Amino acid sequence: MAGLKQAELARDIGISASYLNLIEHNRRRIGGKLLLNIAGALGVEPQALTEGAKAALIATLREAADKTGLSGPELERADEFAGRFPVWADVLAGTRRRVLTLEQTVEALTDRLSHDPHLASSMHELLTTAAAVRSTAAILAETKTLQPEWRDRFHANINEDSRRLSDSAEALVAYLDADAEQAEAASSPQEEVEEFLASHKFSFASLEDGAGTEGEITRLIEAADPALSSPAQFIARGTLLQMARDAEELSLTRLAQQVKESGVDPLALSRHFGVPVAVILRRLAALPDLGAGLVVCDRSGSVIFRKSAEGFTVPRYSGCCPLWPIFAALASPGQVLREDVTQLGRAQARFTAFAVSETLAGPAYNAPALTQAFMLLIPVPSGKPGGISVGSTCRVCPHPSCGARREPSILGEGAEV
Amino acid sequence: MSKHVVLVEDELNIAEAIRFLLSNEGWRVETIANGASAVEIIRKASPDLVMLDVMLPGKSGFEILHDLREDPDCAALPVLMLTARGQSRDREMAEKAGVSKFMTKPFSNTEMLEAVRELTAS
Repeated sequence: MAGLKQAELARDIGISASYLNLIEHNRRRIGGKLLLNIAGALGVEPQALTEGAKAALIATLREAADKTGLSGPELERADEFAGRFPVWADVLAGTRRRVLTLEQTVEALTDRLSHDPHLASSMHELLTTAAAVRSTAAILAETKTLQPEWRDRFHANINEDSRRLSDSAEALVAYLDADAEQAEAASSPQEEVEEFLASHKFSFASLEDGAGTEGEITRLIEAADPALSSPAQFIARGTLLQMARDAEELSLTRLAQQVKESGVDPLALSRHFGVPVAVILRRLAALPDLGAGLVVCDRSGSVIFRKSAEGFTVPRYSGCCPLWPIFAALASPGQVLREDVTQLGRAQARFTAFAVSETLAGPAYNAPALTQAFMLLIPVPSGKPGGISVGSTCRVCPHPSCGARREPSILGEGAEV
Repeated sequence: MSKHVVLVEDELNIAEAIRFLLSNEGWRVETIANGASAVEIIRKASPDLVMLDVMLPGKSGFEILHDLREDPDCAALPVLMLTARGQSRDREMAEKAGVSKFMTKPFSNTEMLEAVRELTAS
């Protein structure tokens, strides 16, 4: 596709760039008008495109067969197989590609575990210093008649080693934190979307001024840097459409002005503007000056959107604390909840949480009402802990006697609450 | 005559603690912080016991052990290996190279003294 960018070509032929990407990597078979359009846009014969795709498919099938030990004349029948069973051939080739990707991931992780020189040397340093501290401390504690010069020497050694131990531990944690950030960068489509939204500070000027059309949303998604995966694009599209609809109902400029006049009271704002409370919560979360957090969960209680607030952790990989007001709101449709909360843990900060649930679509016979719940977290300026105590997730929650506990905490008993 | 141990350890504070503990038990302790000269010194000293760290400057503990076992005079020398690398692969490598006993750091002083006594009981 030299000379013609993928996005341009996609636009010319009227398909999305992500769909074109799938075609380009032989993950979608094409034919008919679309094939003719692509060939026309590229200035090549349609046959050249299908031949290339078929050759790649046959090569992948041969590779798959070769890896399973198939040889001889049967191996030569890949061409015939692809011709007679094109869909099954695609399935087999797709599986082979998936196996390759997984193998590469496993290799990278195995390599990382056994050959990360920094990690290995950090652990060595920690254990060595710990050994010196342990041995020296035991001498000091257990030797009844220790000469003063030896005692002073060992005290100096233990002082030096403790400092080393502390420095090494800090360095190791910093290294692992940095690594975790890297790993988090694109480990799930939802996280890709969060990163994308955060890079825009959770608001888009072009959606605010009424230009929130499908075309503009597509442009924003395609301009994402780093590029979003297909599933992330799907999620981002839904979120941006919601933002555009919210902006139509209430612009951030009008909301900011009213907040300046009457303060952050979602119910009062809802009455003032005549829009649902859920819209107000989402809009308040997009006001940059408030520093508010927002959590959205679906009917199953799964968190489907998060905008972090400093001092309130929303776990990524495990279930959230069931004491959060958002789950109470999910169970009480139509009720607007207001509760001051403090999340137990390291950075204890107080928030006023507003939560409400909303039904997504109009009613239909015998169909469940699909609801979503929203929780807006407004930092309380005093910053002192207060209100109800909640956790992030049981595993790292220090609450010693919580009735909602699902599993033991790794922080152990007696941790500061 | 007191028993003689050569301790090959580049971590000076560990070496000092071990030296103190073994001296209190009546041992004469010779400390080497660099792996490169260790084999030569051990050959000349003919100690009753060698205590060997794995990660050393100059030459690794595995290489030193290998060289000692190649030498008929040192083939039966008790060698206690002390390492912060407690992976099973390291233990296997040490056993393959002919280690007498393998301990991982951090260890207790009692454990270490018991291992020394066990290796030099005869």
